[in-house]
Amino acid sequence: MDTRDNSRPDRAAWDQDEARRIITRCAALKGGLMEALHGIQGAFGYIPAESYDMLADAFNLSGAEVYGVKSFYHDFRDTPAGHHVIKICQAESCQARGSRLLTAHVEKLLGIRLGETTANERITLEPVYCLGNCAVSPNITINDKLYGRMDEDRLEGLLGKLG
Amino acid sequence: MRDLLTVYIPLEATALSLGADEVAVAILKEAASQGRDVEIIRNGSWGMSWLEPLVEMVTPKGRVAYGNMTADRVADLLKGECADLCLGLTADIPYLKSQDRLTFGRCGLIEALSLSEYQDNGGFVGLKKALEMTPQDIVTQVTDSGLRGRGGAAFPTGIKWNTVLGAGSDQKYICCNADEGDSGTFADRLLMEGDPYCLIEGMTIAALAVGATEGYIYLRSEYPLCKQILDEALLNARAAGWLGKNIKDSGKDFDIEIRMGAGSYVCGEETAMLESLEGKRGMVRAKPPLPALHGLFGKPTVVNNVLSLASVPIIMAKGADYYRNFGMGRSRGTIAFQLAGNIARGGLVEKAFGISLRELIEDYGGGTHSDNSLKAVQVGGPLGAYLSENDLDLPMDYEAFAEAGAVLGHGGIVVFDDSVDMAEQARFAFEFCAIESCGKCTPCRIGSVRGAELMAKIQAGAAENLPLMKELCEVMESGSLCAMGGMTPIPVLSALQKWPNDFGAKP
Repeated sequence: MDTRDNSRPDRAAWDQDEARRIITRCAALKGGLMEALHGIQGAFGYIPAESYDMLADAFNLSGAEVYGVKSFYHDFRDTPAGHHVIKICQAESCQARGSRLLTAHVEKLLGIRLGETTANERITLEPVYCLGNCAVSPNITINDKLYGRMDEDRLEGLLGKLG
Repeated sequence: MRDLLTVYIPLEATALSLGADEVAVAILKEAASQGRDVEIIRNGSWGMSWLEPLVEMVTPKGRVAYGNMTADRVADLLKGECADLCLGLTADIPYLKSQDRLTFGRCGLIEALSLSEYQDNGGFVGLKKALEMTPQDIVTQVTDSGLRGRGGAAFPTGIKWNTVLGAGSDQKYICCNADEGDSGTFADRLLMEGDPYCLIEGMTIAALAVGATEGYIYLRSEYPLCKQILDEALLNARAAGWLGKNIKDSGKDFDIEIRMGAGSYVCGEETAMLESLEGKRGMVRAKPPLPALHGLFGKPTVVNNVLSLASVPIIMAKGADYYRNFGMGRSRGTIAFQLAGNIARGGLVEKAFGISLRELIEDYGGGTHSDNSLKAVQVGGPLGAYLSENDLDLPMDYEAFAEAGAVLGHGGIVVFDDSVDMAEQARFAFEFCAIESCGKCTPCRIGSVRGAELMAKIQAGAAENLPLMKELCEVMESGSLCAMGGMTPIPVLSALQKWPNDFGAKP
């Protein structure tokens, strides 16, 4: 098992029993499909296609309906993300403090655009629309840890420390 | 007994994003190396975000604040050699002292998860009173306070509650909208992280008022620390008998569950939020029927913003008149303004309605962060108007803003300096709408995409597209199902009207 620091929770291999446990727990909740999707993604790092039929059965929906819910929300992934996920806020407050230039800098540095993953699957770069830290823009997250008042130098330093 | 050093360090997202935990660890290490006992209390943030991490040392005179503390200054701090970062007594800092802290009265003051500190500072007084009152009397008191929805729509909270109270049903719900997605807003987060029991108390009072037994907090996934703090607060409140079955032997039941959003902006719209809570795509519903009558799972439902609910405890504790004596016109009480973007002193300022935008930006905010001149201010989130220097004397009041074609919304204020290109901001408004549209209605789903395309052409020099873009805005405004498509034209057209040069148009 990979135990590198400061990375996302490690993706587990597909485990039908684990998925069933999560789904059963959430099926008991009113409107529990969102919770189930969060649970599945929490366990596997994305929503594996194998889970659709199980979710559909548990929530009395069609597989297409389950996919419809999953695909509506930006958070839910069809495929695993890179080992590290970097999100850069693209919303107005961060724009006012230079997030466009910061984004362009990181894109150039990593050789990928927002929404892409490096070829070695090491880093996924994503946009996010407001992290609620607007008094100290611009903001980014690295593996869900929030960093305020980001600038090019600090970001390069943080990238250098990633495993 | 040795002197005990007591230090407050916020457990709050902004402070953490600027190194609060590293400071806390450094203090523990430094104190240990000096052989001193230290107690670290993790409070919420006072909202003076530009000073985070704001560390406070307890002294005989009171809590003394040190702003922008870093781990490498901790040794100086413990030696008493940190005068350059010292701000004096926290309570005397002008930014804080001059505010009207009603909803945020405990935020920063107390350890967020301490039930005893909550109660020592006025917590649960409102709920205790509400437990002795009839539902109609609670609703009347909230109505009389003049409280209007702080999420942005400013609908009178008491009137909404009265509708739910009057609805006959075997089940009613309280839904707290904690999907604070507007850029430039973070007040809900500060409240939930700094005073979570206040929200729980407000929701419980709402439940007593309308006869609801189940509540949900719909929390955006970008706020993981809120989730942790609220989870623990709910456990503590339940264990102490403030939630669950037979609350404080009143015979009344109410409990709260947290449900996480998943990165959708439009789920901050109340009907999309209800769909999402039901485990569905966050598609906006047509109104009527109102959520008050046909809300979550088709049942009568109170949907209120975090700050609307968190304002209720003090209204119950101190009375409707106390609250409504703040404010101006039909905007009663206080509102939590949030200073963001290119601003020197960003943070939260809770003031009575009626303060001017200029006072907030210049006196509190200290002008732009870059020291360049201010060009534009967007108030009320991504769907709010862009205002110029000429608009800064507008009073912060729902009606005054509406009259000026602007939006007060959730009180977010995003400042831009003179480097901003307003045509690019207009294009972004369409682009954001295209990304976040739920897709149910055509004007929003298609209009946003076409709008972004038109703006790209206009930015490339084809100003002849401006009339078409304006017509598109008309269609979106009058034909969209909800505020997402209906209000996207507001930032676009305000930018065009005030900065025509940026669009290549003749002024």
